[in-house]
Amino acid sequence: MAKPRLRMEEISKRFADVQALSAVDLDLYDSEILALLGENGSGKSSLMNVLSGLYSPDSGKIFIDEKEVEIQKPADAYALKIAMIHQHFKLVETLTAAENIILSDPENGLLNRREVEKRIADMAKFYGFDIDPKAKVYKMSISERQRLEIIKALYRGAEILVLDEPTAVLTPQESQRLFAILRKMREQGKSIIIITHKLDEVLSLSDRVLILRKGERVGCLETAKTNPRELGEALVGRRLDLEIKRPEIANKSDCLFVNKLTCLDELGREVLKKISFDVQKGEILGIAGIAKSGQKELCEAISGLHPVAGGSILLRQVRDGIEVDENLVGLSPREIIDRGISLAFVPEDRLGMGLAPSLDLIDNVSLKTYENKRGFLVDREEPKKIAAGLVEELDIATPSLETPIKSLSGGNVQKVLVGREIHSAPELLIVAYPVRGLDINSSLTIYKMLNQQKEKQVAIIFIGEDLDVLMSLSDRLMILANGQNMGIVDPRIYSKEAIGLMMTGKTLAEVDQLIADDAPELIEAKASFKHTGENIYAGGQDEQ
Amino acid sequence: MALINFINAAILAGTPLLLATLGEILTEKSGQLNLGVEGMMYMGAIASLAAAWYSEQYLAPGAIAAVIATVFAFLAGALGALIYAFLTITLRANQNVTGLTLSIFGTGFAKFFGEILSKKAGGYITCAEPTKAAFAKLDLGGLSELPVLGKLIFSYNFLVYLAFSAALLLALFFRKTRVGLKLRAVGEDPAAADASAIAVIRYKYLATVIGGGLCGLGGMYMSMVNQKGIWVPECVSGYGWLAVALVIFATWSPLRAIYCAIIFGALTILSLYLQIPGLDLQLYGMLPYLVTIFVLIFTSIKQKREFMMPKSCGVNYFREER
Repeated sequence: MAKPRLRMEEISKRFADVQALSAVDLDLYDSEILALLGENGSGKSSLMNVLSGLYSPDSGKIFIDEKEVEIQKPADAYALKIAMIHQHFKLVETLTAAENIILSDPENGLLNRREVEKRIADMAKFYGFDIDPKAKVYKMSISERQRLEIIKALYRGAEILVLDEPTAVLTPQESQRLFAILRKMREQGKSIIIITHKLDEVLSLSDRVLILRKGERVGCLETAKTNPRELGEALVGRRLDLEIKRPEIANKSDCLFVNKLTCLDELGREVLKKISFDVQKGEILGIAGIAKSGQKELCEAISGLHPVAGGSILLRQVRDGIEVDENLVGLSPREIIDRGISLAFVPEDRLGMGLAPSLDLIDNVSLKTYENKRGFLVDREEPKKIAAGLVEELDIATPSLETPIKSLSGGNVQKVLVGREIHSAPELLIVAYPVRGLDINSSLTIYKMLNQQKEKQVAIIFIGEDLDVLMSLSDRLMILANGQNMGIVDPRIYSKEAIGLMMTGKTLAEVDQLIADDAPELIEAKASFKHTGENIYAGGQDEQ
Repeated sequence: MALINFINAAILAGTPLLLATLGEILTEKSGQLNLGVEGMMYMGAIASLAAAWYSEQYLAPGAIAAVIATVFAFLAGALGALIYAFLTITLRANQNVTGLTLSIFGTGFAKFFGEILSKKAGGYITCAEPTKAAFAKLDLGGLSELPVLGKLIFSYNFLVYLAFSAALLLALFFRKTRVGLKLRAVGEDPAAADASAIAVIRYKYLATVIGGGLCGLGGMYMSMVNQKGIWVPECVSGYGWLAVALVIFATWSPLRAIYCAIIFGALTILSLYLQIPGLDLQLYGMLPYLVTIFVLIFTSIKQKREFMMPKSCGVNYFREER
């Protein structure tokens, strides 16, 4: 075998009380795509941050072309032609694409924007993607920014390219385009490391897989000789039931009707455009869409946190034995609570919006209960009991009930938040990206909790980003694109590709037309597919 | 003619504001929000006066003393900024608190040494006539005699020309040079700049220290031009705070800082040129501060991204933050 272009030997790194990496080895060859696979917190990103000079390792050696090198800062990695594309792009948003690329050029003379712009256009053409060198970064879409990062790396002659979870923010189609670019780069002799936790990406793209678990190297496998089962096992260390259950609930009943809901952002642009849908008690309505398609505003509008510009949000209530539809539009969260409506919202920003990070578990629980008793003083006994119950029931790992929330791990923080919201026995539960940043085990716990609530006849709106999870957990799946409802589908019938198309702005009717025109890859269960139009959920389709 | 005289006076009055505003723009562009402008101006004010006075004693009064005074004003402002830079960039202390403290420190520093010098000089400290002349209107020969233009452009002291050139140079620096672009990147997003192999810490230090030097020059203007080389303990009198607000008014642009400084210069001398019957002098004195309040309200309305404060301004950068 050829000599490795890059060799990392026994890299160790410790953060305060966490051993992020313990003696990890890594080899990388020319013209190779190496997948770095591991759960959250397994040390994938830390290892790559060491390589790119962001973290300095406590011990270990790095060799390039068999010569030992020191990488103390990003400039060192850069000089060694190592480029890293972070999950949070390292782009200056107020500068243009070309200016961002000029930044990484060590030369310090006068600016020559036009020359750089031309070179960028040429390179983009060679690798087959379009980019406007004069566009300001803050006006670019996520996938454009990612392509800009890649061009930036290529522009400065990177030979080793590291991508940290590059597809987390992309639609399936965009991911495929990215993979095509990466394969082209491999043809050009570049070495690529891709950090991911998606098994299908590993299998379709990489040549070898390096698996990390809890900061240790588990093994390195050749992609061609492995299979998802083996990878999954190596990843989590034991046989995992990756199948997410979708219990069927017999007697569903109406809960929420959203009709032509329109919301504006602070600049007066429509972020939600006449969204209509309904949710029943005892079902999970999944909401899919690329980031910032209106998911946040939808959740916040229903919970009374975002002003509504038009439409209605009706919640079915039973008052004195009579069914009433209460309109939530214009009510503040306090007013919603005061009307006896029990609605729970688990926001995506857990530590900013959901919990008070520097308060302890009891205080965070009491944020929901302090109004229960009248009087000047706060009752800490009731929340203490609830908190102790949550810790026991959900197996929350915390040194004590008095530990500030911010020092718990991501999974435990989320358990606290979801647990607290569920404790109030809501009729409607809205969860936004509940498993973001959590490892597989914690994620599975959260899914289980959601399914338990569903069985208790709670109506659940689940906003997620992992399509596989959304499709296996939801009873129905609504797809948002640019603030519009593209359609509500049965995830058992349509394929991931079909949903991907809708996420990029195709309506359900257009997708059905494609299927009718013979596009078998868009359909999962052929037998259950009916003709155009009949798979559209009748109750809540937009008038367009 | 009255209008031309008024503009001439406004430019003269606006120049210390322009110098300090440019210094603070440079500082903030690197992501450091240094609220110590007032302090650094005071340090520049006393340092220049002291340097001029000692030069007169040991060398000669006149242009040499003026040059030495200028150098020391810059160094004193830079020293104040260096203290701030060390505390906030290296030790990562809170920028707002450190800046406010620097204002108090600089004011005290100036008054303390002003007192000592005054005692040494036997009562009060004042510069010799040749030194004062060096800070007065430049002799540009026939140019100053030109109609209109003579009064409008060719009748200022050297600091006015220095300040205006600094504004133009800074504008070119930000817009046309790679280093300027990199500095903007440091202020907007130090993590991104760091990943592009830009020496973030060095950029922050240099911008902050040079910016402090410019503030020091602004302070020198207050003592050597406005007070004509006599030590007045209250000489800076809030101009540093005006400069901090002017940075916002100028939306971090050195060129816009020019007209913002002239407008504010005009406000400070308005009472001499436009007397409104019944309006007290004290009310005129309030004008710049009153306008500042309105400007701050007006500019807090959401603007285009290009006109906003550098994104990470006021936030300390630590590479290994998780």
